[in-house]
Amino acid sequence: MTATMTQLRPDIALRAPAPAARGASAVTYPIIDAIKRGETPEPRVHASVIDETPILHVRDFQLWYGPSKALHGISMPIAKDKVTALIGPSGCGKSTLLRSVNRLNDLIEGVHIAGAIELNGESVYAKGVDVIGLRRRLGMVFQKPNPFPMSIFENVVYSLRISGERNKSVLSAACEKALRQAALWDEVKDRLKSSAMGLSGGQQQRLCIARAIVSEPEVLLLDEPCSALDPIATLRIEELIHEISERYTVLIVTHNMQQAARVSDYTAFMYLGRLVEYGRTADLFQIPQLRETEDYVTGRFG
Amino acid sequence: MIRARTERRRIFSNAMFALCAACAGVIVALLLAVSGYLVWIGAGSINAAFFTQIPTGDLNDPGGMRHAIEGTIILLGLASVVGIPLGVSAGVYLSEYQHEWLFAGPLRFIADVLTGVPSIVVGILGYELVVVPVAKMTSNSVSFSGYAGAAALAFIMIPIVARTTEEMLRLVPKSYREGSLALGASKAQTVLRVVLPTAFGSISTGVVLALARVAGETAPLLFTALGSRLLTRNPSEPFPSLTLQIYTYATGPYPEQKKLAWAGILVLLAMLFLVNIAIRLVATRHASTRLGKA
Ligand SMILES: Nc1ncnc2c1ncn2[C@@H]1O[C@H](COP(=O)(O)OP(=O)(O)OP(=O)(O)O)[C@@H](O)[C@H]1O
Ligand SMILES: [Mg+2]
Repeated sequence: MTATMTQLRPDIALRAPAPAARGASAVTYPIIDAIKRGETPEPRVHASVIDETPILHVRDFQLWYGPSKALHGISMPIAKDKVTALIGPSGCGKSTLLRSVNRLNDLIEGVHIAGAIELNGESVYAKGVDVIGLRRRLGMVFQKPNPFPMSIFENVVYSLRISGERNKSVLSAACEKALRQAALWDEVKDRLKSSAMGLSGGQQQRLCIARAIVSEPEVLLLDEPCSALDPIATLRIEELIHEISERYTVLIVTHNMQQAARVSDYTAFMYLGRLVEYGRTADLFQIPQLRETEDYVTGRFG
Repeated sequence: MIRARTERRRIFSNAMFALCAACAGVIVALLLAVSGYLVWIGAGSINAAFFTQIPTGDLNDPGGMRHAIEGTIILLGLASVVGIPLGVSAGVYLSEYQHEWLFAGPLRFIADVLTGVPSIVVGILGYELVVVPVAKMTSNSVSFSGYAGAAALAFIMIPIVARTTEEMLRLVPKSYREGSLALGASKAQTVLRVVLPTAFGSISTGVVLALARVAGETAPLLFTALGSRLLTRNPSEPFPSLTLQIYTYATGPYPEQKKLAWAGILVLLAMLFLVNIAIRLVATRHASTRLGKA
């Protein structure tokens, strides 16, 4: 595990938590306290983020579930062809933000939003946006593997079928390509016609990744893709994310600091619906600008 | 102290098990007794003539029930052609589109009320709303017909099928729907390609239960199909059915006809039994190819 970790990101080594003795009672978190009071402090966005070419741009985005506000003016560019990780304590709005990008929150009653999210400069929430067309440009993988109860082949080519592709050889070629990219081809190439429900959890999740990338989306949204998997399966998915990040922009939610450190180029730390600090993963984990971030990533609070 | 309590629990648990087992035993015994009795008195009259002949009019040699068996099959077929698509679509609407256009609440309420309407009421409705108007339009004195009977049966089927479909679709995990929509499927594509196929097995079981329910109905047919002693395949005429023929024979005074009625009951039950098994086979085959391991 450690070997692969350094293999993936030799530049990042997690610091061990400092001894708790280090003035535990004296520590104060002014930004966290301000957020808890309901304020929205200016987030610490590193210059390195601004220098990148963004594919997605979240602009002062706010979201309410009925009367309760889940996102408070999030502003962040997401770098093209890079992996960006969203971290933060449970309930801080990571999934909400991710699901806002492909407008999956539209399905929930009582949700309303303010601000904007832009994909390649076009507003995702503008009037008259073709939501279905938008979702076809974005791939999403969920926390729990959710293969459809159909064959492995049909699962992978699902998004092509719904856009009207009928040509058998086109479908087969796309299926093989996606399964290879998802590092699943060798395991399933002899049983493409059998049910996807018979795969292991890790295989199912790689199948879901294959299903999400078969139509070559512009951005891949991953919501805790490894949280239902064992360490070995997790490792495979992480390697996979690393590989596909050469071709795709990836936005990944994770609870696992090591995972964020291993797979991502940029990391955003969120707290109670606010962006707190956002910068290169190496910087965020090794020389964060905020005490809050430092203590969160080292597991001393949160 | 603790040992005494565990002991009490053990005794209680065993007693409850014995009670449940006894109740189950009584029910199974009753069922076996009824079926045994049916076979005992009905099986004797089941022969080739029963399936090939129609009523002769001869009280000592009353012929068979071919017309009624065919009639029931045709009536059920006609009722299914209308009732299953309508019922399933209504169920899909209730489950998948409940926040759109027309709220599903009132619709669900209506379906629930309709499920509880006594079938004789459906028969009278069929008489007033189909038979009489058709008679007026065609200036016949009466217009009892297979179509009217099938309409009455479909009317009973639709709310049952709708509600079971709705329940079964609700059991389909939300993650399937989200997964499909996230891949850029429209709502209709999601329903047709993922949600309905996933629930296919349980919906078809529900449909068969609805069919079984209406296959045994007599009251709604009394005022609509009326019954017939003739072998007819024309549903615009008065139409035979097993239940109607059983009713006529069983309430009549002639012993040979009563025997035929018993045989008819046995055949009706056997038909339902076979359909039930067939659909179960189809549904499990379907489930094992879609959901099964490896
Ligand atoms: N469907 C919903 N209806 C109402 N409130 C919701 C809904 N979904 C999420 N919330 C609320 O919005 C806030 C953010 O939730 P979200 O799921 O985005 O958090 P998260 O950061 O993904 O948490 P986790 O790490 O536990 O997945 C939480 O307070 C949550 O209770
Ligand atoms: Mg979440």
